[in-house]
Amino acid sequence: MAQRFATPLVLVAVMVVVWFAADSNFILRVASLVFIYGLAAIGLNILVGDAGQVSLGHAGFLGIGAYAVAIGPTTLGLHPLLSMLAGVVIAGLIALVVGRPVLRLKGHALAVATLGLGILISMVITNEAWLTGGPDGMPVPRLTLFGERIRGADNWFWITGAVLVIGALIASSIKASPTGRALRAVHDSEVAAMVSGVDVAKYKNIAFVISAIYAAVAGGLLALFDGFVTPDVAGFLTSVELITMVVLGGMGSVLGAVAGAGILTALPQVLTAFNEYEHMVLGLIMMVVMIGLRAGIVPSLIALVSGRRRAKAR
Amino acid sequence: MAEILQFTFSGLTVGAVYALVALGFTLIYNASDVINFAQGEFVMLGGMTTVFLAAAGIPLPVAAVLAVAATVGVGLLLWALAIEPARGATAVTLIIITIGASIFLRGAAQVIFDKQFHSLPPISGDSPIRLGGAAVLPQTFWVLGGAMAVLVALWAFLERTLSGKAVLATAANRLAAKLVGVNTSLVVGLSFGVSAAIGALAGILVTPITLTSYDVGTLLALKGFAAAMLGGMGNPFGAVIGGLLVGLIEAYGAGLISSDYKDAFAFIVILLVLFFMPAGLFGKRRVERV
Repeated sequence: MAQRFATPLVLVAVMVVVWFAADSNFILRVASLVFIYGLAAIGLNILVGDAGQVSLGHAGFLGIGAYAVAIGPTTLGLHPLLSMLAGVVIAGLIALVVGRPVLRLKGHALAVATLGLGILISMVITNEAWLTGGPDGMPVPRLTLFGERIRGADNWFWITGAVLVIGALIASSIKASPTGRALRAVHDSEVAAMVSGVDVAKYKNIAFVISAIYAAVAGGLLALFDGFVTPDVAGFLTSVELITMVVLGGMGSVLGAVAGAGILTALPQVLTAFNEYEHMVLGLIMMVVMIGLRAGIVPSLIALVSGRRRAKAR
Repeated sequence: MAEILQFTFSGLTVGAVYALVALGFTLIYNASDVINFAQGEFVMLGGMTTVFLAAAGIPLPVAAVLAVAATVGVGLLLWALAIEPARGATAVTLIIITIGASIFLRGAAQVIFDKQFHSLPPISGDSPIRLGGAAVLPQTFWVLGGAMAVLVALWAFLERTLSGKAVLATAANRLAAKLVGVNTSLVVGLSFGVSAAIGALAGILVTPITLTSYDVGTLLALKGFAAAMLGGMGNPFGAVIGGLLVGLIEAYGAGLISSDYKDAFAFIVILLVLFFMPAGLFGKRRVERV
């Protein structure tokens, strides 16, 4: 029980600290972006960290969520929240239908298949300009709730923060549930899981759908927050960023996913000071962290701390 | 008919480059199980270094040789500084490391060179040769011939030299290779060097046709990876066939159906192939052991 609420509570605590420490709207805006990408990374971590299935195309689902809140209100006159729901349902259904055949593949074949899936989604978004505005992207109407237009960095900070905490709570609950244990069994050995009565194909598909839903919600929030969408949101580089967040922060760790999102989102903002060396520094940090902390930042730190404690107890 | 022939030539040209990238993936994968996403950056480095050395007044052939040597140096450094220290890490961790390396190299190229598109003069001029109604650039034959030469050289290296046999032994069974005295860690380094050389050569040969810039590597790595998977990861013959197929599918798809979805056709075909043959066209089936 305590385990389930620990991560969301840590997140709330960090949010409060950031809120009081932030001395500009810029920091609040960066924090909101971290929360949004953190949400997507938490979802992807259920697929990659818990179930052990790689996806190099998850930005496709992010794109579906983002374009749903762009297209819904402008073309169909739907409320942004209803459009977001529609985007989530579409992303979930695509994941449900495509999941079974794709997740039959293992290892690098799965990587290529998900990569292809992501590229196909981003190509449709780029090329169907009549619907999506093509490579130039399209504006997203502002979100109105209860007759009020949502604006201001402080409002977005708490909206995205609240969704992140809810997402973390759900993910922690899934980890502690029989479904979570089944997913980890699939991760360790599919044959062994199958022998102990776990429907491997079904559980992999469940993880895929859950992660797609997280990504679509994050995509919808991202579009509403930015007020504009471009096909980059669904592109390969975004997919790479998402998986890097998961692996960098720590596979299987909810807090790790958010930490990874924090580093990968905040770092480029900091690195703009390095000007043209930005990419070199980013690549270097990715390599150094992964070589030094193979299990990812959060699990490695936890192991370090608990290892010290154990040594002291001895 | 002439149209089809035209598409075939352009498909084979691009396909030859994909094949060389896929070959680079395969060599490194066989030696170490690492999928090296910085493989596309080797192609970029080959082209860009030649362009800038040539611009500095060095004769083109010398510039090309220096560029290959420089890229091999980068490949060896990548192995020594990033892959070797991370030995034993999980596959996904290693993928992130090579993606980090590719971002780093792209960033470095952006600083050392620039962000412009560059070209090289074609080796045999640029007046197209008429062939059965299709107009073919002479450089096309250099690309195809170059790819063929690389294949023959690679085959000779693997089959005829002791180091090559060590690479084959490591690919077949790492533990057994180690037991008979092969330094498998050096073999991994060697495969990074050879892959870098192949990539650089591909980059130099194709630059007169497709141009080059600091960021051409990403898409090449994706296509090369997909081609290697299509042919069956780990099989050099499959990598070459996979690369040519991806090039041809793209050319026919773009020419006959829709050029907007050029990059999509290859992936649709790859998805279909993988659904029915998860190990790729020429890959070995693997059984999971508990």
